[in-house]
Amino acid sequence: MSDKPKLAMYWASSCGGCEIATLNIHEHILDVDAVFDIAFFPCIADFKIKDVQGYPDGYIDVCLFNGAIRTSENEEMAHLLRQKSKVLVAFGSCAYEGCIPALSNLTTREATLNTVYLDNPTIDNPNRIFPQPVTEVPEGTLFLPVFYHTVKSLDQVVKVDYTIPGCPPEPHQIWAVLQAVVTALTQGVPLPPSGVVGASNVAVCEECPRQRNVKKIKRFYRPYEVVPDPDICLLEQGLMCLGIATRGGCGALCPQVGMGCRGCYGAVPGVEDQGAKMVTAIASVMDVGKPGELDEVKLEQEIEAIFDTIPDPAGTFYRFSMAHSILRRTRVNGYDRG
Amino acid sequence: MAEKQFEPLIIGFTCNWCSYRAADLAGMSRAKYPPNIRLIRLMCSGRMDPEFALKALRSGADGVIITGCHPGECHYLEQNYKALRRYLLLRRTLKQFGIEPERVRLIWASAAEGARLAQELTKAVEEIRALGPLSWHNVVAADGDRPLELQHLEEVAA
Ligand code: FES
Repeated sequence: MSDKPKLAMYWASSCGGCEIATLNIHEHILDVDAVFDIAFFPCIADFKIKDVQGYPDGYIDVCLFNGAIRTSENEEMAHLLRQKSKVLVAFGSCAYEGCIPALSNLTTREATLNTVYLDNPTIDNPNRIFPQPVTEVPEGTLFLPVFYHTVKSLDQVVKVDYTIPGCPPEPHQIWAVLQAVVTALTQGVPLPPSGVVGASNVAVCEECPRQRNVKKIKRFYRPYEVVPDPDICLLEQGLMCLGIATRGGCGALCPQVGMGCRGCYGAVPGVEDQGAKMVTAIASVMDVGKPGELDEVKLEQEIEAIFDTIPDPAGTFYRFSMAHSILRRTRVNGYDRG
Repeated sequence: MAEKQFEPLIIGFTCNWCSYRAADLAGMSRAKYPPNIRLIRLMCSGRMDPEFALKALRSGADGVIITGCHPGECHYLEQNYKALRRYLLLRRTLKQFGIEPERVRLIWASAAEGARLAQELTKAVEEIRALGPLSWHNVVAADGDRPLELQHLEEVAA
């Protein structure tokens, strides 16, 4: 290999969308190729783990690590790539804060495996066969990674230098970060301070062109139930939007096409728990009960009736940030969820 | 030897006006309530950020009690209405995390209701005691995963 800086991209528990977003920087990919040597990138080039193991420590200059930590293999790869990389980037929502895979922290490992291997209309598994970490076959012993009980973010298993949020990160943001790295590597400029890069420091609402008035919400609607007004804040129209508690940088793409922000860039800076902030925000804008209007019992009933129109609060408010939430997972053998 | 009864740790968030005064009155009139509750005074129940409750539960509390002025009597007009809505939505969310709704409660008390507040707090403590320990660090540590590091809590002089 040449003496160009080395770039790696690896997927742990993820969907592959982060790779697609990276390739979506279009012709800039040629610049990436001109500046970097690809040292490991299973999606686009044929490398083996053995190759990575053979590299000296710190051989990879920049490693983009996408995907959450769901299995022992994910965790081993995180440790290996940390050891072999100078700069390790938690790339995308899964590596950053668990994302969709971490929603399974709201249930048990057993329930997840049952859904995948048994209770599914398209599954035929009469012998109830589940994947096992160790299986003896006539030819020898087979090993599979251990499926963890709790999905974790990358920074919960190794030290992370930078985080690029998003599900997936927006290509122009990826390119901006890569450019900064390229300049640093080729012109000796210092790297940006570690932390979140490729995003803004204010909420999605700041980037949203919809018109905001006073929010007074009487009930929530599922997206299929109404056709939203194209110009007015979606939350005001009773459509769940996490823009208020979510870091911007995406350009408010979803709200612009009538879909409330799902929250994929994670909490705004300074907030530890995105879900808790959504509870605060949503509760603040409900239009029910003014002093002297209702008695205490009636008041509670009316509020509960409005909350009945939010079918899955934890899954909605923590859709992307479960692994980074304060509680992180549901209690096993705990209270039976009603 | 008789088994030692479980002593729950409960964090209480009281508003500065009616409900803290009610707790004060309870003390002054020697109305007893169990010592399991550690009170934190907020200016208003509307200051009660759901994050406070989550942090308390994660850091070892077995329950959280929020107290405020009766609806219509908040010193900041409607803030206790917000507190009520946040509390109800938080309880729904906590249910999905496997946390019994009884562990998080909201009690209204006017400054004159010292005795009633003491009664309500006692009832809440007994119900949380009956639920047993929450021990959230074990929840996250379940099944070989690394335990949750508890943040170092700073000792603050009272
Ligand atoms: S001042 Fe007591 S609840 Fe607002």
